[in-house]
Formats: sequence, structure tokens, C-alpha cells
Amino acid sequence: MTASTQTTVFRTVDLTKTYQMGEVQVRALRGVNLELLEGEFVVLLGASGSGKSTLLNILGGLDTTTSGQVFYLEKDLTASDEAELTRYRRDHVGFVFQFYNLIPSLTAKENIELITEIAVSPLDAMDALEIVGLRERANHFPAQLSGGEQQRVAIARAIAKNPKVLLCDEPTGALDVHTGIVVLEAIARINRELGTTTAVITHNASIANMADRVVALSDGQISSVDINTSKVNAGELQW
Amino acid sequence: MLKLDRKLLRDLVHLRGQAAAIGLVIAAGVATFVMSMCAYKSLEATRASYYDEYLFADVFSATGRSPNAIVPRLKEIPGVAAVDTRLVYDVLLDVPGMSEPATARLISIPDSGQSRLNQVYIARGRMLDPLRTGEVVVSEVFADAHGFVPGDRVRAIINGKVQELSIVGIALSPEYVIQVQPGTILPDDKRFGIFWVSENDLEAAFDMAGAFNSVCIRLAYGNRVDETIEVLDRLLKPYGSVGGYTRDEQISHQYLSDELAQLRGMAVLAPAIFLGVAAFLLNIAISRIITQQREQIAALKAFGYSNFEVGAHYFNLVLVITMIGTVVGIGVGFVLGDAMVGAYDAFYKFPSLKFRPDWLSVAIAFWLTSVASLVGTFFAVRSAVLLPPAEAMRPEPPPSYRPSLIERILPPKTLSPEVRMVVRNITRRPVKASLSVLGISMAVAVMILGNFSLDAMNYMMDFQFRLAQRQDLTVTFVEPATESVMYEVQNLSGVLASETIRSIPTRIRFQNRSRRVGIMGVEPDAKLFRLLDADENPVRVPDFGVMLNTKLADLLGVKIGDLVIVEVLEDKRPTLTMKVAALVEEYSGVNAYMNKQRLHEALLESKVASGAFLKVDPNQIETVFSELERRPGVGSVSIKDAAMKSFEKTVAENIMVMRSFIIVFAGVIAVGVVYNTARISLSERSRDLATMRVVGFTNGEVSIVLLGEIAAFTIAAIPLGWMIGYALAGAMTTGLDTDNYRIPLVIERGTFILATFVVVASTIVSAWIVQRRVTQLDLIGVLKTRE
Ligand SMILES: Nc1ncnc2c1ncn2[C@@H]1O[C@H](COP(=O)(O)OP(=O)(O)OP(=O)(O)O)[C@@H](O)[C@H]1O
Ligand SMILES: [Mg+2]
Repeated sequence: MTASTQTTVFRTVDLTKTYQMGEVQVRALRGVNLELLEGEFVVLLGASGSGKSTLLNILGGLDTTTSGQVFYLEKDLTASDEAELTRYRRDHVGFVFQFYNLIPSLTAKENIELITEIAVSPLDAMDALEIVGLRERANHFPAQLSGGEQQRVAIARAIAKNPKVLLCDEPTGALDVHTGIVVLEAIARINRELGTTTAVITHNASIANMADRVVALSDGQISSVDINTSKVNAGELQW
Repeated sequence: MLKLDRKLLRDLVHLRGQAAAIGLVIAAGVATFVMSMCAYKSLEATRASYYDEYLFADVFSATGRSPNAIVPRLKEIPGVAAVDTRLVYDVLLDVPGMSEPATARLISIPDSGQSRLNQVYIARGRMLDPLRTGEVVVSEVFADAHGFVPGDRVRAIINGKVQELSIVGIALSPEYVIQVQPGTILPDDKRFGIFWVSENDLEAAFDMAGAFNSVCIRLAYGNRVDETIEVLDRLLKPYGSVGGYTRDEQISHQYLSDELAQLRGMAVLAPAIFLGVAAFLLNIAISRIITQQREQIAALKAFGYSNFEVGAHYFNLVLVITMIGTVVGIGVGFVLGDAMVGAYDAFYKFPSLKFRPDWLSVAIAFWLTSVASLVGTFFAVRSAVLLPPAEAMRPEPPPSYRPSLIERILPPKTLSPEVRMVVRNITRRPVKASLSVLGISMAVAVMILGNFSLDAMNYMMDFQFRLAQRQDLTVTFVEPATESVMYEVQNLSGVLASETIRSIPTRIRFQNRSRRVGIMGVEPDAKLFRLLDADENPVRVPDFGVMLNTKLADLLGVKIGDLVIVEVLEDKRPTLTMKVAALVEEYSGVNAYMNKQRLHEALLESKVASGAFLKVDPNQIETVFSELERRPGVGSVSIKDAAMKSFEKTVAENIMVMRSFIIVFAGVIAVGVVYNTARISLSERSRDLATMRVVGFTNGEVSIVLLGEIAAFTIAAIPLGWMIGYALAGAMTTGLDTDNYRIPLVIERGTFILATFVVVASTIVSAWIVQRRVTQLDLIGVLKTRE
């Protein structure tokens, strides 16, 4: 697999993001140039506050840029209006959030169906739960699930819509080693079997061993990009 | 079902307490609205079709003996569609088993067997045979009050002769939907009845062959009634007409119109209050939910739910609560409306008064409640729509608090930590706090508004019948009585005191306004019939000039010192220019008064009297009655106490029903506001409260934080509610100010106390419900969940 033969899914050009906090300006991103290729599994590393979530949110069409451009395939996301961004998220993006963000009043299965109902070519909700190994918890409410189970439901929800890109913000942040591995395996399987372009934020450098490429952020800029030549399975990761 | 809708349902179940409280407030508003509108529709439509079918006249005029020969000329008056001429006489009745005399108004029925206008509806029995003598058709309320049925006989003193009449039918008339004896203001079913007798009988008894003394006219559509009346008055003037008047001055019609105006007022006021409160409650409830669900909103948006779908989701939640409340309200409104129409049926006599659902008002109710709730929650939902998803991912920053003004004024440490929390919670969101106070005060105001009508009525009765009019009996004479008749009446044994009056029909003009009104000549130092000002002080009858009651002064636009033109409509019909010398307060009718002696002089007449007020020894009242009955000159006797009692009884029953249902509705508002406010405080602070419990504060101390706020709101709301209630009552009195009666703005202390009590009790109940949840706080659960 060489980069040159693959389609570029994301391309950012001199991307910056500045938050205005009263008098203070927080420069979360300071000129990021990055390309993500189709089917790629990319891990984003970086210290807390380095701008990882900000970058991922912008790629996912959740946040706007201050300057620079973001292309999804041929489409300039920075030039898209709210309705186009909604459309884009609806049809192309699957999110896994750090804090799960499940709807507490809906069961695991219903949480997934909430999303598949508006998706173009979704998986069956039960199949998605099967992938994360939670088939038998389908009718449980989030409050009746552990943190790791909730996170896996969140992953099932993200993949169930069969997205082109899967964006995960610290999907294992709240999980123990074993569960973390189960969750990562689920993500890797989606990436492998469905060819979903996948970006995963983590603080855990060892996860990087699963990735095709590892992008390191520091202080709002890309500090290094490593191509991983010896990809391992989640089960073989050293934590 | 879409999963988003399932979420909505589950959220609704979670919110059930609050949703029910809000729904009830909406239901109360809708119920009042639908009830008044349906009652309005039923009454109005029934009245309209009754008037139409039974040809209720548009113009009325009493006159002296007028020849039938003039009738063709009456028919030619421009604008006249139909004319009915008849004989009308008030006579005394001798009813078996009743010592006091009753008055009957005899109305002639022509040979055709039915009046041309104001036609008679036979409820039972049959119409009298105009060619037979001695048959009578009796009005239903009077017959019912005495248990008369067709076949019974009744004795009337007609023109001095006792005549026995045989009742053949029981009837109703559009002219007397409610029967009020002229010269009085309250219906007295037992002592005043309408008797229809054949024209031949009346002509013979009063020697009126070929003549009439009363005219009714039905107008052609779209004509100017003033002109018609002017011509009518001119034509009848030589025969002693006392002036034509329209339905607006016809007492039964006035009563109905006033009732309709009252219903319309209620239909406007109730939704305004209740839906205003409901909109506010929905606003705080939905704002709270949206704050709580910001991360859920972020997730929905991240997965491609559009702003529109998110907004619609929350609006749907609002609408479901609103619709449930509206539907319940409509149902309750129908039931109450039916009950109200039932109460009217006892008071107003129609051939058939049935409850009619007013579907237009049902549609309006849906529209009103939807608009109110959508407007009330617009900004809250908009904040959800505009919430940037990236931002919503992060938990909300802790609210910024700062020491309040009170704390900075007071020396440090005077306030306990709990109280300090209460103070800061209130001062942090002043708008919300003020709206909560306003909401609770609306409950107080509704209570005051609902009960004030009883206070006002009591005061009105007291003012009019205990302070102003202190006679027991009012006697009117058929013809102005001479001094000897007066002397006789005044010296009947049992009569303790008496005053005679002279009243004359007039038309009073000022600039371009005019008004048909009776001027009553009164004795200057009257003890029985007194004229009072608004402060209940007797007004001295001035030697010269005329006195008007404030309503009449208002209608004519005159003030003290203005000169008015008084056209006397009797006898020699002089036209006088008189100065308005004083104003008097009266809560019913439009009246004018002057010095009796001056009136005689102006009319160039000797001392005669149209009637007398008598104070009677209660032990001898029976003798007085029978003496009065024997005297041919006596046209009618009205008994003040009896009229008051029967009126108070009818009205009191209705008012008690109304009152209990107002108490419920005010309680609904109070509970709705208090419960919601407390519930939301609990939800906002459950983490703080649980933390306090964990670090060792007692349940009691924790409750202070929660309930202190509610207590503060309620205490602030009570005086505000008094003021709003007073202001609304004031608005209501001006809205219901009619010729027939005015409502004084009088609110008893008891009403304020009752309002306060009901609201405080509602507050305590809802506080107690919420307080129970404090003791049940799931400490671990609350601390574990992220908000
Ligand atoms: N809405 C905001 N307003 C102000 N500053 C913000 C906002 N969002 C992020 N920041 C700032 O931007 C910078 C980057 O934030 P970001 O959330 O992208 O960091 P991160 O790399 O994801 O950190 P972590 O690993 O802790 O999640 C931080 O300094 C953060 O304080
Ligand atoms: Mg982050």
C-alpha cells in the first residue's frame, strides 16, 4: 500500500483555529497541513491541549476554522454552510466521542437506530452491536452499562451508519486495558473490512503501533508524521 | 416510531410531574376560555333565534291613550318593518296563601290569538281564546314560583275591581327572558309576573276600546333607529308618549347583554393570565432540559441531525405537553360550559336553552395555546438550535457566582452558608427569579379576581338597599295620587314612616347627547330614600337644579354646574333648563333627582305623588298589605327584602360554584409555578445538594437551600399579587360598566386573606413534594453522573 495510489480523503491547507476568550486569544491550531488517504488508519498523538480534538472536530465538520482550508475529497468544508455541513456529517462521518454522548433515555439498540434511521446505507443495529460484542445488551439503557460498554455502544453507533470516515476522540480514554483492546479491535476491524478511513486520538503511544501512520501534534502544529511499517493487531499491543 | 420521538416520550415520562403541572395550568386557561365561549355562543345563538322567531321588537314606547286610527301612520315611519300596538297595565294580584301583594303586568293579546311582535311561546297548556273572557296565560317563572298549573284560578284587582282569571297556559316571551319589575333592579319571581289577557277584556276593564297605550316596532334592516324614534315620538306626543327607546334600554335585553359581555371578558382575561403563566413555566422547564441535554444535542448534530430536526424535537416536546393540556381543558370546558348553561337556564327563560359546543373556540384554543407555548419557549429552543456542536461536547462551565448586594451590605458572617447560597442563587438570575415571583403572584391575583365579584355584589347590595334605600315597601300609584290618598296610605296602621315621591318621564339633553330618564322628585330631608355619594355620605337635595347619578352624568358628558335641557314627557310637557346641582352615586340604572316641591312648581301642579316609600312595623305588615291591595289607586307594591333575598339566593348558589372552581384554578397556578420552580432548582442543584449531604450537612440544612428560594419567592409574590389582583379587578369593573349596573371596586380584607391562604397552602404542598425528593437524593448516583 503506497500513498500515491490512494485517493486523498482529507487535505488541510494552513489550517488555523483561534479561540477568543475575552481578552485572551487561544491559538489551538497554528497552520496544520495534513492529508489523510482512503482506507488509512491514522493515530493522532499529542499532549493535552495540543489541539487534537480541535483538529478532529474540524475534519468532522463540527467546528469552523479561523483560516486555511479543509477539503473532504474535492469538497471545501471551509466554504460549506451549516446545511451542507449537516449533510456531510449525516452521510459521511461517524464519530466516537471521549465521553460517549449516548442518549440516556434510549436503549443501546435505540441509540444506534437513532442514527441508522437517517443514514443512507446503514448496517443493521444488531449487527453493529454484534461487532462490538454487545448483542445481548441491546435493550439496556446507558445507565445500566459500564463505561466501557457505553463506549462500545458509541462505536457501534458510529459504524452502524457505514460512514466513509470514522473519527474517534480518545475512544479508550475511560477503559481498562482489556476493554480498551476490545474497543480498538472493533475499530480496526471496521477499518480493515469496510475500508473506512479512520482517525483515532489517543494519549497512549502504544496504540500507534496499530496505525498506518502516526501524526504527532504539539502546540497546535504537526511535529512529526511516522509511517508505521510494522502494523500489529490490537491484541498484540504493549500497554 | 422514530427513535427521536421515542426519546421525546421517555423525556416526557421523566418530566411527568412538571409536565402535569404545566398541562394543568394550560387546561385551566383553556377550560375557562372554552366554557365562556360555549356559554356565550349558546346564550347568544339561543337569544338571536328566539328574538327572530318570536319577533322581539327593536323599539318600544309607552304612551297614553292613543287611538288605533294612528296605527297606519306609525307603519309609514321610515325604517319600520312591523308595528304592534297593545294595552299594558300593572295590577295587583291576590294570590292565595301569600299575604303580600304581587304585581302582574297585563299585556293584551289581540283577536288573532297571538301578539304581532314579542310573541308568546306557550310552554304548557294553551294560548288563551281571545274571544272568551277571563282567560289568562301566565309567565313561567311566576307560575312555577306559585305552583300554578293550567286550570288554576287567580284573582287580580283590575281597575279597582277584583276579577277572577282562569289560567289556561304557561308561557315565555322574548321581552321577558328575565322578569324585572319596572322601577326595581332585581328579578323577584314570586311577586312579579307577566299575564297575557285578551284585548277585549283589557279594553273593557280599562275603558280603552279602540285605543292602545304601548307600541313595539320592528325595524327594517339597516335603518337609522334614532330617526325612527324621533318620528315615533312626534306622532305619539299628543297622546302622552313618554318617549321611545331601543333594546339597549329594555331591561331583559340589558341583562342578557351584560351577561354576554361578562362571558366575553372572561374569555379574554382567562387565557391571557393562564397561558402567560404556562408560557413562562414551559420556558423554564424547556430551558432546563436543553441545558441538561446539551451533550445529547451535540451528539445528534454530530451525527447529522439538522438544526431544524433538533429544534422540532424540542418544540414537539412543548407541543405534546400543550396539546394534552389543551385537550383536557377543552373537555373540562365543555363540562363547565354545560353546567353554566344549566345555571343560566334557571335564571333566563328561553323555550330551549341548550349547551352548544363552540368548535371555533376549540380551534382558537389550540391555536392560542400553541402560539403561547411556542413563543414562551422560542428562545430556549433557539439556543439548542444554535448550540455549536463542538462547544456542546465540553461540559458547561460552572456558573459564575458573586457575593450579592445584600451580603456586601450586611456585616460578614451574619448569613449562614445555606442562606448565602439561597441569596446567591436568586441574585444570579434576577429575570428568572422575577418571573417566578410574577407567576406566583398571578395565582394570588386570580384568587382575588375570582372572589372580588362576590365582595362587589355584597357591597352593591349593601350600599343600595341598606344604606341608600331604607324603606321596606315601594308603592306606586296608577295615576298621580292626590294629597288625600297619600295621607291615607301614610296613616295606615303599621306604617312607621313614609316618604312620597313624584316621578316623571323626561328626556334630558346636553349638547348633542340625550337620554330618556325618569326624574324623581324627592323630599329634601329624606330618611328612607337617601341619595349618597361614593363615600356613603348623604347628599343634600339642593333647592334648585337637578341631581344626576354619576353614570348618567358620564353618559351625557356633564359636570356639576352645566346646564341641561329637560323635556318633560308627561301632561303639559314643559321644557326646562336646569343646572346640574349635584352628583350622586348609584350602582344600578341611570337616574336623576330633584327637589319634589320644585318639581311640582315646574309642572304647575298641586302636590301629587307617583308613589311612596314606606317603613312598616314587621308585626303589622300583613295588615298593611291587605289595606294596600284594597286601594284601587295602588298600581304596584315591591318588597325590598323579599327581592333581595330571592336574588341573593339564586346568585349565591352560582357564586359558590364559581368560587370553588376559581380556588382550584388559582391553586393550579400556584402549584404549577411553585412545583416547577422547586423542581428545577432541585435538578440544577442536585449535585451541590448531594455534595452538601456527603460532606455532612443535614437534610434540613440542605432543604433550606432548596426551599428558602421558594419561600422568598412566595413572600415577595403575595403583596405583588394583591396589587395585580386589585388592578385586574379595576380593569374588570370598567369593562363591565353598563347602564344596567356598575360594579364597585370593593375588595374585602377576607378576599385578600383567602387568596394568600390558598397560595401559601399550595406552596407548602408543592414544597413538601419536592422536599421529599431531597431526603431521597441518591447521593452516589448524583455524584457519579456527569451533567
Ligand atoms: N471553546 C474553546 N474556547 C476556548 N479555548 C478552547 C476551546 N476549545 C479548546 N480550547 C483550547 O484550545 C486548545 C486545544 O484544545 P483541544 O481540546 O483541541 O486539546 P486536546 O489536544 O484535545 O487536549 P486533550 O488531550 O486534553 O483533550 C486548548 O488550549 C484548549 O484550552
Ligand atoms: Mg481532546
